[in-house]
Amino acid sequence: MSSNSPNIEKTLLIDGAGCASCVGKIEGALLEVTGVQKASMNFAQRTVLVTGDVVDHDLIRAVESVGYQASFVDETDQDLLNEKEKSEAVYYHRLMREMTIALSLGVPLMIYGLFIGEMTVSTNMERIAWAIVGLLTLGIMYFSGRHFYIGAWKSFQNHSANMDTLIALGTGTAWIYSMVVVFAPDAVPLMARHVYFEATAMIIGLIDLGLALEIKARGRTSEAIKRLIGLQPKNARVIRDGEEIDIPIEDVALDDHLRIRPGEKIPVDGIVIEGSTSVDESMLTGEPMPVEKAAGDEVVAGTLNKSGTVIFKATRVGKDTALAQIIEMVKRAQNSKPSIGRLADVISGYFVPVVMIIAILSALAWLNFGPAPAVAFAIVSATTVLIIACPCALGLATPMSVMVGVGKAAEAGVLIRNGEALQTASKISAMILDKTGTITEGSPQVTEIQLTGDHKEEDILRLAASLESGSEHPLALSIVESAKVQGFTLSKVTNFNAIAGHGVEGEVDGSTLLFGNEKLMEERSISINHHIADAQRMASEAQTPMYLAINGQLAAIIAVSDPIKKDSVEAVKRLQANGIRVVMLTGDNRATAKAVAEKVGITEFVAEVLPEDKSNKVEELQAQGEIVGMTGDGINDAPALAQANVGFAIGTGTDVAIESADITLMRGSLHGLADAIAISKATLRNIKQNLFGAFIYNVAGIPFAAGVLYPFFGLLLSPVIAGAAMAFSSLTVVSNANRLRLFKASEH
Amino acid sequence: MLIINLLGFVLIGLIIWWFWLYKPGTTAVTKGTVPITVENGVYSPAQVRVQAGEPIILSFVRKDGSPCSAIVKFDDLGLSEELPLNKAREIKFDSLAPGKYPFSCQMQMYKGELIVEEQSDE
Repeated sequence: MSSNSPNIEKTLLIDGAGCASCVGKIEGALLEVTGVQKASMNFAQRTVLVTGDVVDHDLIRAVESVGYQASFVDETDQDLLNEKEKSEAVYYHRLMREMTIALSLGVPLMIYGLFIGEMTVSTNMERIAWAIVGLLTLGIMYFSGRHFYIGAWKSFQNHSANMDTLIALGTGTAWIYSMVVVFAPDAVPLMARHVYFEATAMIIGLIDLGLALEIKARGRTSEAIKRLIGLQPKNARVIRDGEEIDIPIEDVALDDHLRIRPGEKIPVDGIVIEGSTSVDESMLTGEPMPVEKAAGDEVVAGTLNKSGTVIFKATRVGKDTALAQIIEMVKRAQNSKPSIGRLADVISGYFVPVVMIIAILSALAWLNFGPAPAVAFAIVSATTVLIIACPCALGLATPMSVMVGVGKAAEAGVLIRNGEALQTASKISAMILDKTGTITEGSPQVTEIQLTGDHKEEDILRLAASLESGSEHPLALSIVESAKVQGFTLSKVTNFNAIAGHGVEGEVDGSTLLFGNEKLMEERSISINHHIADAQRMASEAQTPMYLAINGQLAAIIAVSDPIKKDSVEAVKRLQANGIRVVMLTGDNRATAKAVAEKVGITEFVAEVLPEDKSNKVEELQAQGEIVGMTGDGINDAPALAQANVGFAIGTGTDVAIESADITLMRGSLHGLADAIAISKATLRNIKQNLFGAFIYNVAGIPFAAGVLYPFFGLLLSPVIAGAAMAFSSLTVVSNANRLRLFKASEH
Repeated sequence: MLIINLLGFVLIGLIIWWFWLYKPGTTAVTKGTVPITVENGVYSPAQVRVQAGEPIILSFVRKDGSPCSAIVKFDDLGLSEELPLNKAREIKFDSLAPGKYPFSCQMQMYKGELIVEEQSDE
């Protein structure tokens, strides 16, 4: 057991220690803290390694009391992972060793009992022989099963009971009864003088084996997070004072300049300041195509530089990088539990004492109504009931599947906030998609300018762009962008006013401009009658027409088109094939919306929705009884995302909008959405299989162990079989969860 | 036989009393950092009593190699934390509303309770 020496190690970073004489002072102060066994300072690194059983704050206070500052060294995820794997390996080997010892007695004993002789006590020679076996079994209980008995006793003192309690009681009952048979045979009827030492040894061995295999299987459930953690490189090449030096990644500071060569991983988040390259971001976003990067573009830690050499400036380091945040979020989500697991938790809370009561009732039933030897039957049935019951399988059912499901999603570039979001996503019946940036690229371009007055095309574009330079609307940006591409110098805009959902107005170069949709023109009594047909034609081609009026006269219709993402059609089909009602929402005019919806195969759409009305649309669908998912860009759509049962923020590359959404899609493709839903459905199915299996196992196993089948078929379960069943029931749950790793979301 | 049956039912009664009906004595109100050892199936102490409005740090030290004890979760607070072996993992609570906040391992085998009490009037 690990209880003997609480050898907890902590590393403190000391600030302000300027001379070697500080070492003694700091170590002395730390040694005075209660619980500290050892404190040794590494002066060169300014760190102190403290060993002992202590509270963090006491250590910091102790260092401060002698005039220095101290902080804890942040351990990297990789360190924590290595340590976890190390401690699990130690535990695994211990269990395997204990299992071998237990089975090396249990198996020969069982073979003897089955094929060679009787495990009964009648002669004095047999008494002596069984007494020796009994003592050997006691040795097994100590060496291989001590942890069950200690755990059982500790939780008993604490008025709680767990799996250890059941195993300790089961094996203990079998052993004590056998010892009574050996040392006081007269206390037991002649027919019942049977010993069960093999059961005790076998049960301990099998359960140790089950626990060991479970650790191995559990290790596989966290493969996804291990892969994410493994993305972080250990070193970075920084340029300091004109020199390139390799330093550990923990030492990279904000604004450091770093050089990355082809084939290297990007160590921290930053902005490219020199050079150009293409970067493989698939490990984070699931997007297979490499992304081009040049000066001004963001690069993200953990991604792989493919072709060129770049220098970039660090903008986020340590725990702030997108990768570190993704790891943190995935870890939290993996440990959280959806409500479907609550019932199992409630049951687990009452489970063990109930099983103990059933064991007693079963023993009493055999004693009162059973055939001879009633005592032996009573002991066997009570032991078997205690051993077969498996609260672990119930408790493991949900967390193991969530662990694998959330990890699987992360591999596909889908970040799920918690278990509840996972569960709700599996039940989504209606999905609202925002048009701009979700179905379409979100980067509209000017595709047509139709003049309706005397102005020249260049003037129109320059004036419209000047007016829109104050607006943040994506359509406005596209016009400004087009003007810049053509080399126009924009003029200053005065009296600018944005009319939400309609357009903008302002004065440029002495002219009063009004720029927006049909409604805006009608409101301001601008005659557009002769040109509505043109606008409708543009809209039917999935372009968005906007009217520009100069000094109260219509001057032009500018059409802007936002290309549909190349896989939107396919992804929408996948959603619909899963029985999900897909609804498109857009602030755009009806005709354009209709054209886009038709192109991607959506029949239900709502056009001309003001930003603030989006969440009302979500509510409307909810009132119709739908479980609504809302997909948007996570910033403009925040209220609608929050109102939806599950909010999906669609990211652009690695720009993570972690804050607002239940589920974040790291790549822009809508396939991420279909993947997220497919994975959540598969995970929930897996949880249900596990819960069902665990319930049925216990509900069927316990009465069987108690002997309800005996009166009809003469069947009574052996405690050894019960031990094997119990050990492998939780292993089955973990293995079934591991099956999820093979799930291919893209096929659903 | 009657005695054996009676003994059996007394035992059942004791189980019900010990595991369900027994109310643990009140623990003293603590402040600051509370070390909690995670070992052998129990959190010790399993009950931590604090005053509302006072920041509190629970410092979990797991000394049990079993992966069962590796995660502590506060369901009501939607919080879960991985506990490294033989290392302190501190969980800070800045200001909790009065009430009971149970915490447990993933399988509800390890159980504890953080009790936040109303500020008593001085």
